[in-house]
Amino acid sequence: MADAILTVEALTKRFGGFTAVDEVSFTVGQGEILGLIGPNGSGKSTIFNMIAGLLRPTAGTIRFQGQSVGGFSPNRICALGIGRTFQIPRPFHKLSILENVAVAGYFGQGRRVGKAEAWETAARALDMVGLAHGDHASVDTLGAAGLKKLELARALATNPTLLLADESLGGLDESEMDQAADMLERIRREMGITIIWVEHIMGVLMRVVDRVMVLDHGELISEGLPADVAHDPKVIEVYLGTDAGEVQASVGAAG
Amino acid sequence: MTAIPQDTPVRRLERRHVAAAIVAIALVSVPILKTQSEWFAYPMHIMVLIMIWSLAYTSWSLMGRFGLVSLGHGAFMGIGAYVTALLWNYAGLTPWLGIPIALATVALVAFIVGYPCFRFRIVGHYFALVTLALSEIVRQVIMATRDYTGGSLGFTPTPHGDGFSLYALQFSDRAVFYYIAFVAWVFGLWVWRRVDRSMDRYALDAISEDEDASAAAGVRVTREKLKITILSAVLTGLAGILYMQYQQFISPDTVSGIAISLQIVFAVVAGGIYVMLGPTVGAVITILLAESLRVAIGTTMVGLDTTIYGLLLVLFIIFLPKGVLGGILEWWRNRAAAGRERADRA
Repeated sequence: MADAILTVEALTKRFGGFTAVDEVSFTVGQGEILGLIGPNGSGKSTIFNMIAGLLRPTAGTIRFQGQSVGGFSPNRICALGIGRTFQIPRPFHKLSILENVAVAGYFGQGRRVGKAEAWETAARALDMVGLAHGDHASVDTLGAAGLKKLELARALATNPTLLLADESLGGLDESEMDQAADMLERIRREMGITIIWVEHIMGVLMRVVDRVMVLDHGELISEGLPADVAHDPKVIEVYLGTDAGEVQASVGAAG
Repeated sequence: MTAIPQDTPVRRLERRHVAAAIVAIALVSVPILKTQSEWFAYPMHIMVLIMIWSLAYTSWSLMGRFGLVSLGHGAFMGIGAYVTALLWNYAGLTPWLGIPIALATVALVAFIVGYPCFRFRIVGHYFALVTLALSEIVRQVIMATRDYTGGSLGFTPTPHGDGFSLYALQFSDRAVFYYIAFVAWVFGLWVWRRVDRSMDRYALDAISEDEDASAAAGVRVTREKLKITILSAVLTGLAGILYMQYQQFISPDTVSGIAISLQIVFAVVAGGIYVMLGPTVGAVITILLAESLRVAIGTTMVGLDTTIYGLLLVLFIIFLPKGVLGGILEWWRNRAAAGRERADRA
């Protein structure tokens, strides 16, 4: 694996007596696409929120490019170069599509930029995700897939080195899911951005990621190449259930 | 596609620029008319009041338009007015120095109230309540220190010179103050426009909808809110100072307290909270209403204007939430859009 860009050690989050994330450790290599999967409530989004600064870890460390960033505020994390999307899209309805992204392009770069540069960055990010952004096009015209793209564009406009893509692709049909998977791969290839991709549908993800981690009840139960993870008996038991054969077939086809 | 959206409206404004120039010339010539006929003295006085209050209302709307509803702006007016006047009377400090000190005090108070609110996410109704408390605290402080401030009896700055003192900013000729108020009013509008065209405006709009998503996009939420709050408070303080220098009399009822804070909110809602001249229209409405009531009914029914404000506020919020000017502009735009559609079909 290439040099680690993100190192997480014994990361733990407790809400009262409930342990949402229990001593999870992992690293992400430069330029990697890491898949993070698990059933609903397994702690995926909690891990994301801790890395992105929205939640303060109860224990454990998060190191990004060698710097300990646990407990930093979200805007500081953003400025350091970690972009994120939200599982449920959170557009700003008062702003147009382009303005939504321009906010990120102006404030999210971690350095002072001119207005013109911010608008250009926003337009580029929208072009990257393939979202039209004519004058004052309203976000209310976007469907589920469009809103996901907007989330992604907003994260890209902050010029991240690491992208946390919370892409529980609910509400998308199969071709839209494939498009989303292709887009993440293209973002990595063309922009050189390292990606952690959270997902709970395994099939689409397996085609694109380099490595997969599986969470269950806040614990890491399996980690490795997609093909190996899909055949791990523990994963099959807690997660894949009945459609294991299908996923294994898709991984086989891809590998 | 890299068109910057602000560019398009600017072109279309040519005709409006001409209209603005005509209005400006008309406004500037009022004191000249007054030298010809004393009949203009009263309208000119009303216009000074309208311009000073417009500054206060415009300042409030700087933050109000982003959902930061402050019921504490009466406090900022009061602090500005009282600090300047007290420094003049007791320390002999010219307003030229007193005003910066008063404005710095306003900024400090705005920071002390704003920072904990924004840091600990006190938003919406709770923010309104905290600021409401500020209104009352400032009024109570003025009452408690009545030996110096005169309490509810009010306070009069010591006269200086013979009716024209640049040193004390006291001018018995109202025309001088007319121009000062005019410049202050235009300055307020200019600040509004600068904010409107800044990237901070987009950040504040985003913050008003979703603080977490804004922070994830890199916006420094607490800092952005503090910036606009302090700007809004300082300009409101300036309006309080101008009111004091013009009227040469202040009392808690005229420049501070909850009643003034509510009046500010009402006027802006009535005029239009999201448009530049909305607060100005609000000032015209409220001041003409108060003056008509005073002339028609006299001073026998104290508080009648406030009662009517309250009633109108409810009606406005239900039937015309964008205010008079906001409503008119929307109707105008819809009509123009419908006209274009008809033309397209033809």
